[in-house]
Amino acid sequence: MNVPTIGVLALQGDFAEHLAVLRTLDIDTREVRLPAELEGLDGLIIPGGESMTMAKLMDSYALREPIRARVREGMAVWGTCAGLILLAKELEDNRPEPLGLMDMDVARNAFGRQVDSFETDLSVAVLGKQPFHAVFIRAPIIKQLRNGIQELASLPDGHVVAARQERMLATAFHPELTDDARFHEYFLSMVNS
Amino acid sequence: MDTGTWQVKVGLAQMLKGGVIMDVVTAEHAKIAEEAGACAVMALERVPADIRATGGVARMSDPTKIIEIMEAVTIPVMAKCRIGHIVEAQVLESLGVDYIDESEVLTPADEANHVWKHDFKVPFVCGCRDLGEALRRISEGAAMIRTKGEAGTGNIVEAVRHARSVMGEIRKIQNMSQDELAAEAKALGAPVDLVQEVKRQGRLPVVNFAAGGVATPSDGALMMQLGVDGVFVGSGIFKAADPERVAKAVVKAVTHFNSPEIIAEASKGLGDAMPGLDIRSLKEEELLAVRGW
Repeated sequence: MNVPTIGVLALQGDFAEHLAVLRTLDIDTREVRLPAELEGLDGLIIPGGESMTMAKLMDSYALREPIRARVREGMAVWGTCAGLILLAKELEDNRPEPLGLMDMDVARNAFGRQVDSFETDLSVAVLGKQPFHAVFIRAPIIKQLRNGIQELASLPDGHVVAARQERMLATAFHPELTDDARFHEYFLSMVNS
Repeated sequence: MDTGTWQVKVGLAQMLKGGVIMDVVTAEHAKIAEEAGACAVMALERVPADIRATGGVARMSDPTKIIEIMEAVTIPVMAKCRIGHIVEAQVLESLGVDYIDESEVLTPADEANHVWKHDFKVPFVCGCRDLGEALRRISEGAAMIRTKGEAGTGNIVEAVRHARSVMGEIRKIQNMSQDELAAEAKALGAPVDLVQEVKRQGRLPVVNFAAGGVATPSDGALMMQLGVDGVFVGSGIFKAADPERVAKAVVKAVTHFNSPEIIAEASKGLGDAMPGLDIRSLKEEELLAVRGW
């Protein structure tokens, strides 16, 4: 099988951190800033950053429709934090306009301001027994899952913070900020499946 | 759940990378900045060009103004305290701002000591002119660094000098052997463990933005090409003839900093940029970058 190519949306945010993890996985990587750079990608990561900013920049270079079209054609996609927000179907405060790809309702900045940002260990069954250390920064939560979308992880209070729907993955936290590559490997297994 | 950790402090700055942080004075400004694609705003009473023009003592903003700005936008809100003013920092933390800039743009409250920033849950950004100054601020707890440049001048020359200095010193350290680092740390006036970390990572151990004199889209892209992670624009937006268009254009240029044709397109017909100042025409006491050590 050919080596897959995974792109990272590089409009704003911590795309370099994602690329650094991907480079340890022996695959091809690409920064995506313009629609033409989506061509031939097997997977796309929408990184952490400011969802409002990314949404504006996505529109100023007409990336919204091409991303939706490529995902419908089967390109795998993973959103972390701001990326999760952009993948949602509905946002609690209706801004920014999301891509509407995953059947979930999302609340932005669900934990408060920066002083409420936190890190904690999560149990994630699809990654095995060892807990995953998760960093939440002005993080969103998934308020509601619809149409058979699968929950992958939740906080002790029941808030869903990771989910999968077919070839789409969403995490409210930042696996790209820790040294644990298991979520990136899991996404790669989705790309290859 | 652990809050206020080093990881989440540095992490928020990582989320701002590749973005533009804009100085705003009112909630209206903040909305314009957010709409233009700013990844955060800096709430302050007067933009640096006005602080420079007015003179007198520049202090932390009125909390009412900061709260209005926090309520107006969903992107992170930063605010400035005076160098060494522990209580202004405590007040800003209690308001819930997302980042504090312990800033030389305001009149220093302490000419010997900076705030011990590890005592706070809210993260801090601080200015620097060279690597030693950057590492001293990080050792005090700054989770993000920016060049000082020379704020309120619309002149990029000092920001370039400071970014070149930091990047050049990092390259020098990368070429040093382990046993040369202790003497280098002494020369820089910086802790040796941070100098070792710079060698290991080949960059500052925290996010590093440019600030102080960015006035045009090309200025923003220039700083990105010099290797910074993002850009602060102070007076450059709201002292320009058409703030909305300039704001959007700077954001585009920073995202596409390696694409001259996109920067050219973004730069067309923006109207007058903010009026600039030649740094050499400023008196010693008018320079802001020399505040702090």
